[in-house]
Amino acid sequence: MNHSLNKRNGVAIVGVGATPFGEHWRKSLRELALEASLSAVAEAGIRGKDIQEFFIGNMSGGMFTGQEHVAALVTDFLGLNPAPAIRVEAACASGSVAFRQGYVAIASGLYNLVAVGGVEKMTDVQGGWATAILSGAMDTEWEAYFGVTFPGIYAMIANRYMHEYGLTREQLAKVAVKNHYHGSLNPNAHLRNRITVEDVLKSPLVADPLRLFDCCPISDGAACVLLAPANEARKYTDTPILVGSCAQASDTLSLFGRRDMCTLDATRHAASQAFEESKLSPEDVDFAEVHDCFTIAEILATEDLGLCSKGRAAKLYDEEQTFIGGKLPINTDGGLKAAGHAVGATGVKQIVEAVRQLRGEAEKGRQVKGAEIGLTHSVGGSGATAVVTILRRGDSIP
Amino acid sequence: MMQSASYHWRRYKELYNLKGTRCERCGGVFFPVRDICPNCRREGKVVQIDFSGRGTVYAHTVIRAPPRGFEYLSPYAVAIVQLDEGPKVTSQIVDCRPEDVHIGMRVEACFRKLRDESADGVIVYGFKFRPVQHDL
Repeated sequence: MNHSLNKRNGVAIVGVGATPFGEHWRKSLRELALEASLSAVAEAGIRGKDIQEFFIGNMSGGMFTGQEHVAALVTDFLGLNPAPAIRVEAACASGSVAFRQGYVAIASGLYNLVAVGGVEKMTDVQGGWATAILSGAMDTEWEAYFGVTFPGIYAMIANRYMHEYGLTREQLAKVAVKNHYHGSLNPNAHLRNRITVEDVLKSPLVADPLRLFDCCPISDGAACVLLAPANEARKYTDTPILVGSCAQASDTLSLFGRRDMCTLDATRHAASQAFEESKLSPEDVDFAEVHDCFTIAEILATEDLGLCSKGRAAKLYDEEQTFIGGKLPINTDGGLKAAGHAVGATGVKQIVEAVRQLRGEAEKGRQVKGAEIGLTHSVGGSGATAVVTILRRGDSIP
Repeated sequence: MMQSASYHWRRYKELYNLKGTRCERCGGVFFPVRDICPNCRREGKVVQIDFSGRGTVYAHTVIRAPPRGFEYLSPYAVAIVQLDEGPKVTSQIVDCRPEDVHIGMRVEACFRKLRDESADGVIVYGFKFRPVQHDL
């Protein structure tokens, strides 16, 4: 499948904002969205009224809080009426799919300034309900109906991957150890404690072989970015970041329907399109923010994005190459595992983190030195949706 | 979630017996039933088929943090079973200790209670898998 694109404008990110991810007991869905949006608008120094459309990623406002019609609500409370607003849903990839809609709106030449937000308020329901709501991202009639949970889905991937490639339980734990270390350096992370391999192996089993410390937390949070044509970006900022490409692909909702359970074909397709469109290759990537809802998901992502060959990801973790300062830093903000996973916001939060790294604004110890090209990767469900975005410093923008 | 009786009732034929689709054009066999062959699309000619119900565990786990409605079963074994006809299917593995399920284990479909607490009090039955007792 290779459809040629008719890209009229280069796309630049001219402002970003995000709330910390965590349990925001005092803040509602709308308040979180407002906080992130206002900080992005303030950073770009624009008037809200200049925003031509608001795209908002949100997986399940209705199930988590009872509130649907989220995009119009947020636009209303931002005082942006009558600007059009649209909510985008693609399970845990809602934020990144919303970002891609904003990207398309600018790249196609239709708009000159759009906002892309992502928000999720997950802690207004109890844990068993949150698990059940998230199960809506799989095939509800043929997976969730039989009592399968998301940890269970990824546990079966881990079980099969260990069988085929010899991945060990300890190697899997190293993914969580690295992400918690990065999270400990990030003041906006949900989980900021450092952990050891032993801590992971001693944590309670959730779905064998996955334990509690293999799983990302359930978080509240929001993020927002502003997009403009690249040739207008310097009107808003001295440090525009170019969106080299943003590609998306689909696959079966069910895990059992996949060609190969140990590969996310949607990630492979999105990555190959993203590299082709940006005329870059995996070797050019200085750091990557990948979808690590469970430790095994980061192993798969690293391979399926082409950052290493199939079956070789664990070696990168044994050699500690994915830490900041290593050959290929992955999840510099702690990833979903430690920075948190507010599902509809996560894809946009990854973009915010990549922008801060490319601008050289990350906190001490967390900055990837000389980062010029960053990649973000987001997955909906167990791999039915994948989005890959490649960002680069905007030094070339006149 | 809290669905009405019709949500469960309309599915009973496919829950009571393992059914799928074969495309007579490309020979592809699929689970669950599909109205369109994903390979041939409108040029395909799909027919419904019954699976034998026998298969092999391809991947498995033990659910220890169940979703709403499944608490009373926890911990329980869930697996992806590769049917002898080729396609894979997800369900629970019963009639053995959850820890004893392993990749390569021969299993067969059996008829069991799936849920007993829908909004309308519907008790839902369907297929699960158990270790094969007399393999052919």
